[in-house]
Amino acid sequence: MTHAYLATQPPQALPPTTNTVTLWHRLFGDAITAIATVATLALLAVALGKTINWGVLHAVWPDGDAAACRAASGACWAFLSEKLRQILFGIYPPGEQWRPALTSVILLVLGAASLPPVCWGKRLVLAWFVGIVTVLLLMRGGVLGLAGVPTAAWGGLPVTLLLAVFALGAGFPLGILLALGRRAEMPVPRMLSIGVIEIIRGLPLVSLLFVASILLPLMLPDGMSIDGLLRAGAALTVFSAAYLAEVVRGGLQSLPRGQGEASRALGLSWWMMTRLVVLPQALRSVLAPLTNTAIVMIKNTSLVLIVGLFDLLSSGRAALADPAWPTPYVETYCFIAAIYFAICFSLSRYSMWLEARYSQHRSH
Amino acid sequence: MLSKIWFDRRLRGWCLQALLIAMVVGGLGWLAWNAQANLARRGITSGFGFLEQAARFPISESLLAYDTSDSFGHAFLVGITNTLFVSVLVILFSTVLGLGLALARRSKHPLVSGSATVYLEVIRNTPLVVQLLFWYAMLTVALPSARQALSPLPGVFLSVRGLYFPKLVLSGEVLWFWVAVAVSLLMVIAAVMLRPMLKLRHGMRFPLVRSALAAAVVLVGVAAWVGGVGASLDVPALRGLNYTGGSTYTPEFTALLIGLVFYSTAFSGEIIRSGIDAVPGGQWEAGSSLGIRRWHLLRLIVFPQALRIILPPMTSQYLSIIKNSTLALAVGYPDLSFVVATTINQTGQAIEGILILMGVFLTISLTVSVLMNFYNRRLALVQR
Amino acid sequence: MTIDTKPAAPDTLAVRIAGMHKWYGQYHALRDINLSVRAGERVVICGPSGSGKSTMIRCINRLEEHQQGSIEVNGTPLTDDLRHIDEIRSEVGMVFQHFNLFPHLTVLENCILAPMWVKKQSRQVATETAMRYLERVRIPEQAGKYPGQLSGGQQQRVAIARSLCMNPKVMLFDEPTSALDPEMVKEVLDTMASLADDGMTMLCVTHEMGFARRVADRVVFMDQGSIVEINTPDAFFSAPQHERSRAFLAQLLQ
Repeated sequence: MTHAYLATQPPQALPPTTNTVTLWHRLFGDAITAIATVATLALLAVALGKTINWGVLHAVWPDGDAAACRAASGACWAFLSEKLRQILFGIYPPGEQWRPALTSVILLVLGAASLPPVCWGKRLVLAWFVGIVTVLLLMRGGVLGLAGVPTAAWGGLPVTLLLAVFALGAGFPLGILLALGRRAEMPVPRMLSIGVIEIIRGLPLVSLLFVASILLPLMLPDGMSIDGLLRAGAALTVFSAAYLAEVVRGGLQSLPRGQGEASRALGLSWWMMTRLVVLPQALRSVLAPLTNTAIVMIKNTSLVLIVGLFDLLSSGRAALADPAWPTPYVETYCFIAAIYFAICFSLSRYSMWLEARYSQHRSH
Repeated sequence: MLSKIWFDRRLRGWCLQALLIAMVVGGLGWLAWNAQANLARRGITSGFGFLEQAARFPISESLLAYDTSDSFGHAFLVGITNTLFVSVLVILFSTVLGLGLALARRSKHPLVSGSATVYLEVIRNTPLVVQLLFWYAMLTVALPSARQALSPLPGVFLSVRGLYFPKLVLSGEVLWFWVAVAVSLLMVIAAVMLRPMLKLRHGMRFPLVRSALAAAVVLVGVAAWVGGVGASLDVPALRGLNYTGGSTYTPEFTALLIGLVFYSTAFSGEIIRSGIDAVPGGQWEAGSSLGIRRWHLLRLIVFPQALRIILPPMTSQYLSIIKNSTLALAVGYPDLSFVVATTINQTGQAIEGILILMGVFLTISLTVSVLMNFYNRRLALVQR
Repeated sequence: MTIDTKPAAPDTLAVRIAGMHKWYGQYHALRDINLSVRAGERVVICGPSGSGKSTMIRCINRLEEHQQGSIEVNGTPLTDDLRHIDEIRSEVGMVFQHFNLFPHLTVLENCILAPMWVKKQSRQVATETAMRYLERVRIPEQAGKYPGQLSGGQQQRVAIARSLCMNPKVMLFDEPTSALDPEMVKEVLDTMASLADDGMTMLCVTHEMGFARRVADRVVFMDQGSIVEINTPDAFFSAPQHERSRAFLAQLLQ
């Protein structure tokens, strides 16, 4: 009796069985799930109810005024519409506020244009260079018939964007230098890089801002002074550089040794090898952590509040100091938070998209 | 000759390094020389002698006793303890809540994981300062005055003036009591940490943790009885415009605590979640094919392995919390950065003050890193 | 005991290694290496693993440093002098066991990178050279693809073309077929054989004894860091003279 088998006909194809789990089942499938659903819905209902009550039903809309806000128990949105310019542009002369507005638009557009990988290249660098020079001239004035406005009068959204662009734009190359230095064979650059990176990462940003705003003027010769905004920007740059350096170092470490060997065997110098072979691959492998670090640094610009610089948050607080209005803190902070959220959330979604795209790009 | 040096690989390396050292030393030297000249010009003496002078500025709350006649040195100490107090509390709360958030994010229930995700995205994409100021506003503007304080629990009063709650007052030989408490705490912690290794390596079946707990209770009880320690509750009572008695958490402290806990929980939660996710799926499969149910699987099989992955990023998260506590400046809680800023304002000793600030934080960073690295290595040994 | 069957005239020496020693810390990796390779000669180096074969050829283009003795390539001595090192690297091409192609560049870009940046050739000239060599290794149609899209055998052939684009006078092969699936080994060996037919000086570390028999002028057998025997392939495979060579061959032909 043989137990052999030979297939003589192809097996019959059956229609697929539907085995989808319905939403109802996921919400109320068993006792614990049902309780969790009911509890969460109840909590959400209470929270949403209170928020809508405060934010919509009893709120004072932009057509109201200070007295109406004081009388009402809801949100004071009228304050925001009244003070919008002060929050967004600080104490910049009201007649010239089209300039900071244009600055913000230019920086945001350049930022958005830098995201899609197809745009990366020499033209983008040139565009940024031109954009930054334009923006600085625009804000500063004093040329082409524009009234001069000192940096002490700059404030609000353009300052936040400028600080973020500065910290990331200057911090990234510096970070790459530090990362390369940390992996050098020569002891001096290696020790220096390790020292700089570890010390800055061990310190709070507040202390670095103190150093920049209090110590730096002390350490310059009499008569030489650096602009306050530039000092804060320098502190943010150095801070970003140290954190970006660690991310880049991870990328450098993940590169197979054979790449360096092949480059050297072909006769490429260290600089050519780093620029053409090592860095493109290393940076590409850490795009997601780089973007996440960039998001953190953008949020960090809000700390310049502590050293008295007028960025978006600080301008908002200055606007709140107006005694005529009944201190609508929550509305203002929510508005400022919403602006940051819009920028940071889009960047984090972009970073997830970039990571998905590149992982599928590599495994052809 | 010069070209020979330039092209010789080793000599070129040494020359470049020497140049680098010269630049760094030269730059730092120039800065130091300018600083010394500027300070002399302003008549400010360098050195840490000012630490012995009287501080003459108030500190609104502290764990240690302080008044304005105390020295600057003591003021710095108060600042450091305040910083550490808030940091440790935030670390504890955010770790526990972070675990809850991680489990919520991994939950299959759409509402639970959805709410957790919304929370996470909102917290992660807004700056910490804005969140702290938001909470401070909620606690100072949105709460009622002392006379109409909220009372969620008997004896606990929440108002614009702060959170007042009953204080436990101990009488009698308190010192030995606290020593006993400290010793039993250490004993229990040691038992919890040593148990996995002893159980695995030496097949110990002795219920170490339970006996440690029992011994702790006995020790504390004996110390209390021998020292004649009595406890009484000091309940806050409304007198005039505000409460007196009991313990209080000021709005500044509470805002800092709540804001930092909400912020840090989001990040801790993500770290714990990715640690659990990083454990290979095969572990879950092996465990469930052995018949182990989900909660035990998590606790006995997955979590110990996840712990090794979680520890390094968690270490930097803890350090981040300690550094973020300097944002107390934004809400007015008197931590170390506040004391330093006020001192610099009063004495002009900028370099010394900032050096103290940086020195303290670097020491804390280094210590925490070393301790966590040590535990990390112990954990790896235990597992293998 | 080494047997150098044809004494070489100094002016046609492609590679000359004399009294070379190398240490890794305390470990004596290469002991008293003496080898002269004439221009156009094909040398196969074989031996058990850990015998120092790869280390020796990696010393020739300074991927490893030797501590004692001398190495000369086409008359240029190999020292710490960067000019000498650059000159030697431009005359010596290397093919690695794991190909080491640049994954972020296309096949064509891999081949024109070094000529453009080191030899300062224009993109057009470099592309012409590259396409010529890609045709030589019989994969011109893959020029626009990325390395990740090619099979192992194709990648190794691209690596050979990449080295050839620098017009080297000596080619070093470090176990070029060891990381390939068996069905792809033949295509790479055929490519190397056709290179040999064109008169390229080759030093090849390999376990492929059939290739050695077919192509090599001499076989160098190394064991434990020193050269044990040098002979023609026929003589080496049919009548090995040293007992260690005999033991190695016995294992190999098992």
